Amino acid sequence: MMLLGDEAVGQGVMDAGLSGIYAYPGTPSTEIMEYIQSSPLTKQSNIRCEWSANEKTALEAALGMSYAGQRTIACMKHVGLNVAADPFINAAITGVNGGLIIVVADDPSMHSSQNEQDSRFFGKFAMVPVLEPSDQQEAYDMAYTGFSLSEKYNIPVLLRLTTRLAHSRSGIKRSPVLKQKKLNLPADPTQFILLPAMARKKYKRLISQQSLFEYESSKSSFNKLIKGKNKNPGIIACGLAYNYLIENFEDHMSPYTVFKISQYPVSRVMMAEFLGLCREMLVLEEGYPLIEESLRGMMDDCRTVHGRMDGYLPRDGELNPDLVADAIGLPSRKIFKVPDIVRDRPPSLCKGCSHADVFSALNEAIEVYGKGRVFSDIGCYTLGAFPPYNAIYTCVDMGASVTMAKGAADAGLVPAVTVIGDSTFTHSGMTGLLDAVNDQSPVTIIISDNSTTAMTGGQKSSATGRLADICSGIGVEKDHIRTIIPLKKYHRENVIVLKEELGYHGVSVIIAQRECIQTAGKKKRAS
Amino acid sequence: MKTDIILAGVGGQGILTIAASIGMAALHHNLYLKQAEVHGMSQRGGAVQSHLRISDRDIASDLIPLGTADLIISVEPMEGLRYLPYLSENGWLITNMNPVKNIPDYPDPDQLIRAIKDISNYILVDADQIASEIGSKKSGNMVVMGAATPFIDIPYSSFEVGVGKIFVRKGEETVKINLEALRRGREYSERMRK
Repeated sequence: MMLLGDEAVGQGVMDAGLSGIYAYPGTPSTEIMEYIQSSPLTKQSNIRCEWSANEKTALEAALGMSYAGQRTIACMKHVGLNVAADPFINAAITGVNGGLIIVVADDPSMHSSQNEQDSRFFGKFAMVPVLEPSDQQEAYDMAYTGFSLSEKYNIPVLLRLTTRLAHSRSGIKRSPVLKQKKLNLPADPTQFILLPAMARKKYKRLISQQSLFEYESSKSSFNKLIKGKNKNPGIIACGLAYNYLIENFEDHMSPYTVFKISQYPVSRVMMAEFLGLCREMLVLEEGYPLIEESLRGMMDDCRTVHGRMDGYLPRDGELNPDLVADAIGLPSRKIFKVPDIVRDRPPSLCKGCSHADVFSALNEAIEVYGKGRVFSDIGCYTLGAFPPYNAIYTCVDMGASVTMAKGAADAGLVPAVTVIGDSTFTHSGMTGLLDAVNDQSPVTIIISDNSTTAMTGGQKSSATGRLADICSGIGVEKDHIRTIIPLKKYHRENVIVLKEELGYHGVSVIIAQRECIQTAGKKKRAS
Repeated sequence: MKTDIILAGVGGQGILTIAASIGMAALHHNLYLKQAEVHGMSQRGGAVQSHLRISDRDIASDLIPLGTADLIISVEPMEGLRYLPYLSENGWLITNMNPVKNIPDYPDPDQLIRAIKDISNYILVDADQIASEIGSKKSGNMVVMGAATPFIDIPYSSFEVGVGKIFVRKGEETVKINLEALRRGREYSERMRK
């Protein structure tokens, strides 16, 4: 089978007896859920596979399915794990019943993200085993065997992908399909009760398991110590970096000793053996310098360690075969230059996009108040930051447009405006709206409702058709919940509505409702 | 055998369809394959690229090293030039000549064509013109792919199988017209190469 790294994970967990997947869309993790949703196995085995409202609800639901004894996964992008951090850290302490894998896809180089945080740190923080595949086959195998590891120690397992692997296709060999687990309550009825007295005991158990997790790493076939002719430098290659390394050698055979690390915590037994073989070392990590930093330590005087922290490799961004070749000291090839006339081509809103009409109307309505008043969020509409719109001033994290506008309004910036999408609003905007209502903050919340999660390719949005009811339920006054249709022909009317609400000293919500032209087009083609 | 290909274009132009069709042809011919794609934000009208690697041996990196690509296949003239540092000294640039001008500072098309002609090995094809001649404006990407087929060491019949498999869900007529686009692109390329 030819599968993306994401799809390989999806196939691996399905073959290992998955009962349910919980996820919120986010590049580069989205295709795991999409693959499972469209797989024939899903129907046969009745695998639960709908999108969740956000990553926290997804992981909690997965933990519930694990409580009930079944194998389950929660999937998200790296910043999604921030949202799900509370259940993630605590699930390590409760432990699991049915196998639980948390799949997180990091985005080094920020191809489609606002930062490039490295989820291996989160794994270390929660003190759980972390798996980091070097290729699509390992992604499949780790997904397939991850449940057994999880169930053996009653611990959630973190499976970390990065963009290149998530979105690259290669051939996969499958393992036999396993049966799903039956409903089965935890043997200890107090396992999931984290009252302080119980939590202390469970935390001690988690600490005592650390050496066992390390033992698993030293036995794991995903970790390898490959001895080479040349003693120095010894090379540590984590996850995908291993492939970038061997790409540089004839027949993929490294003349240097290589410690390939794909399962954490790092086995100190293997590390000791590796350190015994070399005086100097190079650390290749697709992300932050996690291992490099711990090798250097505070004293930084043991021996020579090279990597991202001393300029052998860039401190930020994803790796590639060329950066690795350069770090080893291989000669660089002659390459063609990009002609000077080539210009950047950033992404832009689609022709006919409803967000564009929202920004045109908003720019006109807000002109009298001056610049710097529009708080926005994560989605296609973030492209409103670019010309010709130049319409927004913030994009920080899911839902922050509502709460930041509220805070700025509290500070006296009146009116303060939010532009947020429908899916982002239900992900993390609703609670902020409640804060604004309780404080009667003078904010104008524009929900640019295209009835889908558009940026990630048009997944189902949680509350399509129910946004006005939700806002009313939260306590926004009915007279100040306005619905407009963002089309050029209604531009003048829309500007009037916006001006009225900008002039209102309280919470108002304007729902600008028109379907995403991409999903509308897809529906039309399908029918 | 080893062919490393950079596919380039603008989000929405169908470079992933080319990648999938060539990939299908390679599989039909029992070759190894790795294909790195761009998903997410850039698909909204931005510059997009895909690294496609075909080999009769195991492939390590998902990304092609600089200066080693055998081919750049581009459905837009400026986008092909963007990835020139990947092209090997003897590599070929196969590109459509029709610009997608969705940025305010798009360069002068004549200058672009001159920059392409500065490269020693190139095929410049008016894929839009050929596609409209066969009555399917949307098949420009298959014309460009066809123009690239003489440079990939896979029998032409395997490419036809690949295209057939990719378009089969859209019906027999669509398969037929895309095969025609493929053939016209190949013929053009073979004429120009002589």
